[in-house]
Amino acid sequence: MNLMPKRPEAASSISTAGAIDCDIHTPLPRRADLLPYLDEYWSEIVTSREVDVLELMTAPERTRPYMRPDWKPDGDPLAAMQKNLLDPLQLRHGILNVVTGAQALYDPYLAAAICRATNDWIVEKWLDRDERLRASLLVPFQNVPAAVEEIERRAGDKRFVQILTLAGTELPLGRMVYWPIYEAAEKHGFQIGMHTGSNFRNAPSHSGYHSYLIEDHISMTQGFSTQVASLIAEGVFTRHPNLKVVAIESGVTWVPPLMWRMSKDWRGTRIETPWVKDSPGDIIRRHVRMTSQPLDLPDDPADAQAALSHLLSDEMVLFSTDYPHWHFEGFDALPDGLPDEMLEKILRTNVFATYPRLGG
Amino acid sequence: METVLERSEKTEQKFGVVDCDVHPAFSSPTEILNYLPERWKAHVRDYAMRTPNPFLGAMIYPRMTPGNGMRRDSWPPNGGPPASDLDFLRKQLLEECGIDYGILQPLAAGSTALNLDLGAAMCAAINDWQIDKFAGPEPRLKASICIPQEDAKESVAEIDRRVTDRRFVQIAMPPRMMEPAGRKRYWPIYEAAEHYGLPIGLHTGAFGYRPNTSSGWASFYLEEHFAASNSLQTVMSSMILEGVFEQFPKLRIVLVEGGFSWLPSLFWRMDREWKRMKSEVPQCKRPPSEYAKESFWYTTQPIEEPENNRHLLDILRWIGTDKLMFSTDYPHWDFDDPRYAFKVPLTPAERQAIFHDNAVKLFGLK
Amino acid sequence: MSAVEKQAPRGRAPSKHVVARTDEIADGAAKLVHVEGRAIAVYNVKGEFFAIANRCPHEGADLCKGKIVALFEADAPGVVRISRHGELVRCPWHGWEFDIRTGKSWCDPARTRVKSYDVEVQKGGSLVEGPYKAEVFKVSVDDSYVVLEL
Repeated sequence: MNLMPKRPEAASSISTAGAIDCDIHTPLPRRADLLPYLDEYWSEIVTSREVDVLELMTAPERTRPYMRPDWKPDGDPLAAMQKNLLDPLQLRHGILNVVTGAQALYDPYLAAAICRATNDWIVEKWLDRDERLRASLLVPFQNVPAAVEEIERRAGDKRFVQILTLAGTELPLGRMVYWPIYEAAEKHGFQIGMHTGSNFRNAPSHSGYHSYLIEDHISMTQGFSTQVASLIAEGVFTRHPNLKVVAIESGVTWVPPLMWRMSKDWRGTRIETPWVKDSPGDIIRRHVRMTSQPLDLPDDPADAQAALSHLLSDEMVLFSTDYPHWHFEGFDALPDGLPDEMLEKILRTNVFATYPRLGG
Repeated sequence: METVLERSEKTEQKFGVVDCDVHPAFSSPTEILNYLPERWKAHVRDYAMRTPNPFLGAMIYPRMTPGNGMRRDSWPPNGGPPASDLDFLRKQLLEECGIDYGILQPLAAGSTALNLDLGAAMCAAINDWQIDKFAGPEPRLKASICIPQEDAKESVAEIDRRVTDRRFVQIAMPPRMMEPAGRKRYWPIYEAAEHYGLPIGLHTGAFGYRPNTSSGWASFYLEEHFAASNSLQTVMSSMILEGVFEQFPKLRIVLVEGGFSWLPSLFWRMDREWKRMKSEVPQCKRPPSEYAKESFWYTTQPIEEPENNRHLLDILRWIGTDKLMFSTDYPHWDFDDPRYAFKVPLTPAERQAIFHDNAVKLFGLK
Repeated sequence: MSAVEKQAPRGRAPSKHVVARTDEIADGAAKLVHVEGRAIAVYNVKGEFFAIANRCPHEGADLCKGKIVALFEADAPGVVRISRHGELVRCPWHGWEFDIRTGKSWCDPARTRVKSYDVEVQKGGSLVEGPYKAEVFKVSVDDSYVVLEL
């Protein structure tokens, strides 16, 4: 990505009018934000037991990469989001991904309560206040019946378009313990949004924990690839032909090597998982989508286009800014040199095709 | 378009091939015990060779063929498991595939032994065995110094003991170490390797101390097989970002049996993250991909096969053909035949480099 | 390496070749034969004979050394049904499955297959007088033979 400093008010060379931004971050809700939505029991629990700031160690919003200096919200964060992003980019919609540590709580009932309260907060403090906004639904994967209940409860509110999970979870996402979540999701048209980050139930690497945050970031592609492999190998897409998983904030170019490697292996290992009936490359093209920010690409535009062409599909990339994380300057959220037809798909067509609940 | 192949289409090689990944095998489970001192022989008999594998002596992700994943046609006619019979190996691999040199990767159990003292003894035994059975009688086969890497002091001692035997051409370390490869506890090993000018080869492993994904353990071999190469990504990023190559700039690393198509994406990712987060890692003074391009080599097997073959040419261009070294992984089921594995056109110079010259230069084979 | 379909030279009539006695290839087994420079694997599938090119189109392994298997399929995770016993062969290296009857790769039937040859069984009596070339055998009247057409 081009990180040459630019004057913030300079317009991007790409028109994003009418686009959908598939990855926007609110400040994480704290106890004070959630108390209005918690009953007396849960209010007591979170107050006396100091359940307040639930910030993931792998995606710490208070650290430098997560806050572009000119995007620091002063005062009302929604007003800042409108001023910094929604208005200048003339977005049609923005999908909020509240990557809260609720996913990492061990207590399954507390996790369910925090997810419910967070969803209520998203509705009242964000979705109801700007009709462009959409959101991912927080559900407790650590409490599958409660997760299903929450999906059923919100099914009627079409502003929730997907279920949120992480690249690093307690069990690989394909495992049968999670299947009721996917059944409920597919039934109501929710997709699965898999966001960068980990709940640290497992170490991020084969050799344990990294020394540095930058290593955690770099290694997230390993998490994304193994999650996709799990969903394929366990037959989740065989069971749910309409389900898609969106890799959010993933870097994108890890996908073709995975396609090649898994497709090749599958030809020789097919009998191990005969419910995987198509080549994994084809399954990935049908069922996996990736948001566009950040993009792990070379500087040379011709090479960048070649790298994207390895996907053998122009339907996979979904526009995002990852606001307010610091990936680019000004409004240069997409690399130069992408052909217009591809831009249109990234900014709009692919997004509507991916999220049936957006109603495009 | 139909792919119907009838006649052989051999690509004529005018030079011999260097095979950077050959797996020698014991003729029987007790063969290696004869290379252990009595004290450890008794120990293994009484307490077994214990590693961070849920099973003693079985694969948790069963392979697709007998012998724990061997080519079905590699069982020697005189008996014993694949690659345990030197004469048959000479015939089926060296002669049939036109191999000038084969680099042995014993996948030493000693390197992952939970009992570190046993691990050290086992590594020494495997090093003796490699010379005795393979690299001694057959000059085309070169050995790797297996080390108990979790015990850096013992590892350096073993390297010191073997380095004057020029039949050893590299040090072998498993990439699924107890801590990421760049951590300081392993630096004495890197110091010794750099000092002696020996490359370190890290071969993907079938089990290890931690789950094979960051979300826990995969269920199927289909998932596990490619995930093993993720451990090589961690080796690269950890060593670079911890500043190993600032400290040991002449250290050379070989990443073995992980394929290579994932490298360009990793280079771009490391560089992108470093641009905005370099103040976290001041010991990494330059863009990470620069260190990668100077200090890392890669073996080609299992070669990736994109649906559009020509995409592989982009990958070769982005990595550079001076760092790739051909390997067969004989006698495993996913063996790459040097005559047919590359399904994209290479120039004669590229072919010579990948199949021969890069390895000859790195391992000092001539 | 590009894969090119090899045709018989123009104007050449199909030719038949005696390649084995039927009792040489047991049910569920394979035999490697060479016919006019081509290496061909002949299989006995429950008394029916099939022949496919020996060389796997992937990296050239010998399909005559492959494992002869049934077809395992599943429409849902964990529910496997078995059919076509002994009608597939898995390449001895990377395990690609080929349909012995048609030569098609199970995973990629549209684009990957080995050439498959017509075979029939003929009694020795008809062969002794016929024009067929006996590659390997002095044909005896009392035996049955596998005859392959190129």
